[in-house]
Amino acid sequence: MRGFWKLLLVQAKLYLREPIATFFTIFYAPMMLLLFGAIYGNEPSPFFGGRGTMDIAVPSYIGLIIVTVGLISLPIGTAAARERGVLRRFRATPLHPLAYILSDIASYLLMTVIGVLLLILTGRVVFHIRFEGNILSVLAGFLLGTTAFFALGYLIAGLAPTARSAQTVGMILAFIMMFISGATIPLEVLPAKVRAISQYIPLTHVVTLMRGLWFGDSWGQHWKEVAVLVGCLLVGGALAVKTFRWE
Amino acid sequence: MSIAIEVNDLHKSYGPVRAVDGVSFTVEEGEIFGMVGPNGAGKTTTIECVEGLRRPDRGTVKVLGLDPQRDGYELRRRIGIQLQEAALHPRLKVWEALDLFSSFYPRRVDGKALLEQLGLADKRNAAFEKLSGGQKQRLFVALALINDPELVFLDELTTGLDPQARRAMWDLVRGIRERGKTVFLTTHYMEEAERLCDRVAIMDRGKIVALDTPENLIRSIGAEQRVVFTVDGQWDDTLLRGVPGVTRVERIGERTVVYGRGEGLVGGVVSALERMGIRFRDLRTEQPTLEDVFLALTGREMRE
Repeated sequence: MRGFWKLLLVQAKLYLREPIATFFTIFYAPMMLLLFGAIYGNEPSPFFGGRGTMDIAVPSYIGLIIVTVGLISLPIGTAAARERGVLRRFRATPLHPLAYILSDIASYLLMTVIGVLLLILTGRVVFHIRFEGNILSVLAGFLLGTTAFFALGYLIAGLAPTARSAQTVGMILAFIMMFISGATIPLEVLPAKVRAISQYIPLTHVVTLMRGLWFGDSWGQHWKEVAVLVGCLLVGGALAVKTFRWE
Repeated sequence: MSIAIEVNDLHKSYGPVRAVDGVSFTVEEGEIFGMVGPNGAGKTTTIECVEGLRRPDRGTVKVLGLDPQRDGYELRRRIGIQLQEAALHPRLKVWEALDLFSSFYPRRVDGKALLEQLGLADKRNAAFEKLSGGQKQRLFVALALINDPELVFLDELTTGLDPQARRAMWDLVRGIRERGKTVFLTTHYMEEAERLCDRVAIMDRGKIVALDTPENLIRSIGAEQRVVFTVDGQWDDTLLRGVPGVTRVERIGERTVVYGRGEGLVGGVVSALERMGIRFRDLRTEQPTLEDVFLALTGREMRE
């Protein structure tokens, strides 16, 4: 695994040198939280089962960060590195492909974690949000949702002929998912028909799982979400491996 | 002297196109070996098969005693590669690139000294996208040398560089060889091959059409030298045709071109002119080049 740590560090630095990616990954969700918090506050509401809007928003917005990194940053970064010949240059060294992929995944995971931590911190400090779950359980759910979306992201990069097309596909999918999955607008607010459609959208299952685990649900209550996400991870991951190209 | 690269009957096709069609050659340790030919001759496919980046359809390749397909990782630790088409992330800084790439190798040289040597020391903190074409190429050479390789591959190293940068690059490549390393390069500049390489393989349409030292290649085609000069006014060139070695004389306006062979050609022409009392100026001689060799062997001009 020679090269793994240095590559991880470099990838992370390069990510932070992209102002747009940095903004949407790290600052966008906390900003939304402050904005909607200022509008709705965090008073307990029977509509959310006695929880406040911000209590619901924080675990939901985790899905927002996951989809931003997984379906926008990752496919663009991967396809652009391929298109520019960066991957070709790595292949001409003894860097092992596994070391490359793992450090690539780790760098996107790191960015997602930073974004999520800042979101939770903002919620905690500004709105005193409630947390009723188990930290390890939430962490496991977060890792499942993140890796499932990374698999989809690598698949988009593998299928897209160019970085531009990866960007187009990734952004369209991401923006559709953001608004009808409960990641931005709570599912409870959406009309029944949209809620029905949302069941076919992977991000809905990330949001539902995160919200459930955040408030102490057991994994057994969310077998459906887990099944969908494990499916995305395995099928998406297998297809991503098949479609991955170095040049 | 031992063998660094041994290629036997290499074939590689892309669909119906036979990019490399039965190529064999050996590269000896410590030499600068060049592969020249027009774009599309199969040079890059050959070099990438030798590097292990492409899998040959047929034939055997041995590099430093290793099979590039089977022992790719081991081999890539010991060689340095500069690719014809490659890039780094636009925002990656020069020092970061060296630091990153050196972490891939168990053996490495001092990156700072390398940048110093390549004239990039003051660009340490510059992002890749801010570098000029020549600086990018020098950075890629630095990356190819970071592991102190035994064998260096340079694919179209000077394409797109201005003449001054190209000359600087030639000095650099000679420096690599002087440090005891073997260099395998491709180029479509015949002059580059002639000035830089110990031995040259001329490639055309997937095949090696000739392989020898540049001097031997040029001598082998028995091409004529040319003596070119200018004379103002009318004069009679009959006497020139009698000079030993002269084969023909061409007059284009005030310019005269004398074709011929042999060591004494220039002296013979000059003394004949002086005997006739003809005042000439701008006299120069033109030696045959690898361009002429390519033309003689393929019947076509090398085009850039």
